[in-house]
Amino acid sequence: MSIRRAAPPNYAARKLVDRLMRGLTVVATGLAVAPLVVIIGYVLVKGGGSLNAPFFTQTYQAPVTMGDVGGTIDPNTGLPADFGAIDPNSGLPLENPALPAEEAPAAEPAPLGGVLHSIVGTLLITGLALLFALPIGLLTGVFLSEFPPNPLATFVRFCCDVLSGAPSIIVGVVAYVLVVQRAGSYSGVAGAIALTFLMVPTITRTTEEILKLVPNATREAALAMGAPLWYATFTVVLPAALSGIVTGVLLAFARGAGETAPLLLTVGGSNVLSFNLQDQMDALPLRTYYFTNSPFPAEYNQAWGTAFVLTAMVLLVNILVRVATRRRG
Amino acid sequence: MAAEVGQLSLRERISRRTQHGDAIFWGVALFFALVVVALVAAIGVVTFAGSSEARSLFGLRFLAGQEWNPVDTEVAPATFGAWPAVYGTLTTSLIAVLLAGPVGAFIGIFLSELCPQRLRAPLSFLVELLAAIPSVIYGLWGVAVFVPFYTQFIVAPVSATIGQAVPALGEPAASGGGIMGTGIVLALMILPTVASITRDVLQVVPNTQREVMLALGATRWEVIWGSVVPFARAGIIGGVMLGLGRALGETMAATMIIGNSTRLAPSLFDSGVTAASLVASELPNNNGPLHSSALIYIALVLFGITLLLNLSARLLVWQTARGPAGARA
Repeated sequence: MSIRRAAPPNYAARKLVDRLMRGLTVVATGLAVAPLVVIIGYVLVKGGGSLNAPFFTQTYQAPVTMGDVGGTIDPNTGLPADFGAIDPNSGLPLENPALPAEEAPAAEPAPLGGVLHSIVGTLLITGLALLFALPIGLLTGVFLSEFPPNPLATFVRFCCDVLSGAPSIIVGVVAYVLVVQRAGSYSGVAGAIALTFLMVPTITRTTEEILKLVPNATREAALAMGAPLWYATFTVVLPAALSGIVTGVLLAFARGAGETAPLLLTVGGSNVLSFNLQDQMDALPLRTYYFTNSPFPAEYNQAWGTAFVLTAMVLLVNILVRVATRRRG
Repeated sequence: MAAEVGQLSLRERISRRTQHGDAIFWGVALFFALVVVALVAAIGVVTFAGSSEARSLFGLRFLAGQEWNPVDTEVAPATFGAWPAVYGTLTTSLIAVLLAGPVGAFIGIFLSELCPQRLRAPLSFLVELLAAIPSVIYGLWGVAVFVPFYTQFIVAPVSATIGQAVPALGEPAASGGGIMGTGIVLALMILPTVASITRDVLQVVPNTQREVMLALGATRWEVIWGSVVPFARAGIIGGVMLGLGRALGETMAATMIIGNSTRLAPSLFDSGVTAASLVASELPNNNGPLHSSALIYIALVLFGITLLLNLSARLLVWQTARGPAGARA
């Protein structure tokens, strides 16, 4: 009896359905990979055009044309060169500080500045948030994995899940009410506090999972040598899990650096370079958002450049983490 | 080597000093674990207290109020009705889940069952990279690239043909992404969540399920659809719910694409607001304590809904080994 004659009557139809549905799964995967390529491609192409040395080294400059003001723009402040000049005769501020007609420069747009202040802001704010989140996340991870299971541990794990699922705008609202409304002004610290809420669950979960992967023999060896639990944990278990913890920290950094909504309500954005975390600051995602909504076409184009820097930073960290994790298996 | 009687050796002196180390260790770890609990409590308390004015004034009918107008005019006082925000949130998230649920599940099926072994890790990585892109980048790409394409190739033909009969798909009064466009971009954003959770839950389905179907002569699709997927059904639904939770809370992409109009429009192609986008756009420059209280009330409701959703989703998705690299669910 041949195979074909033994096949059930509807086999052709079933085979067709099988091929069709399996093809659909491939199409579905393509539907995910294609937009990824498109989005990253657009950011690379459109953003790459805005990248030049001033983009990374200068801060914001207002896109005004020379001819209107009739003067030059001071590159350090972004304001007209004789802003605030005093008339020597009357001692009062000059009302229309303009160069004499024959010296007036041709009307040309002021060079657009860069996003140095945004990069600095992102690094500072995310760094401070990491400083807050690291001890909390690390020691909570240790609490969850190194000590015997207890009801509090389950509740803490539940709280971590709640934090990781909390919308970032809610976290921004909390930091807004707690810090910004009390202080009366935006600040980098408020933004860092908001980002801490979002980073803690990442670090906690990663630390706990990595610590669980450390073989018990390692702990037992340390304890057998007479080390107390705390000594064993800090000198033997944590160093064994160090690479995993570092990946968790990097992931948390990437997540915090990319968040906009909390910063919108707490940091506010600014146009000047500032290292003062208690002051209003700028950040890359905020700058992208503001540039996108900007009425000036030149700034709108710079939104892509800012997006490029932000995406490159976040994606590089993620790729680094995946490569490191995969090699460890 | 103990010298005279009564003199402690070095080892004994160290041991005396550090004998309380374990208790301190437990205390410190407990403290930081409680900090995590305090963070969650802070969210609840701050949103609850910050919305007290609006809650006592409006009560639960706040959610059904049809008009959101934060500005006092001569003819009418400011009215705060959250229904436009609730409607926008529900519709965008529903569209996102209807699109991303099946597609994400199929991607998960492909990645866990059908994908060649060599391609499994790279493709999973690419899908998860979609989740790493900051939402403001999705917003920028959405506004600059997707919306023009979508307006020309989807809105125009659909509203001209089906839209004549179905008001929900009718001609939009305002340009921009609108509810449908936002829903599509949100679907893209939650796709990696659904896909990776589906992949994880399918991978832990025991092989006996597959072998039983194969022994009965099933095609590969019949094995998947008939026994593997039903076995993991709860986990897949949990993954979809987690994606829904993410879509509900998504702020920046929604703010940039949806058009920010609190006017209720019949067409899904028309502009609207979501709860998150309303809070993000109005809280920084709010018109006084009642306005900000109403906005925090919306934030409270949003937090409550995402909390319940994430909780039930976690209960459905039992402990799947996500590994440290997958800490961003």
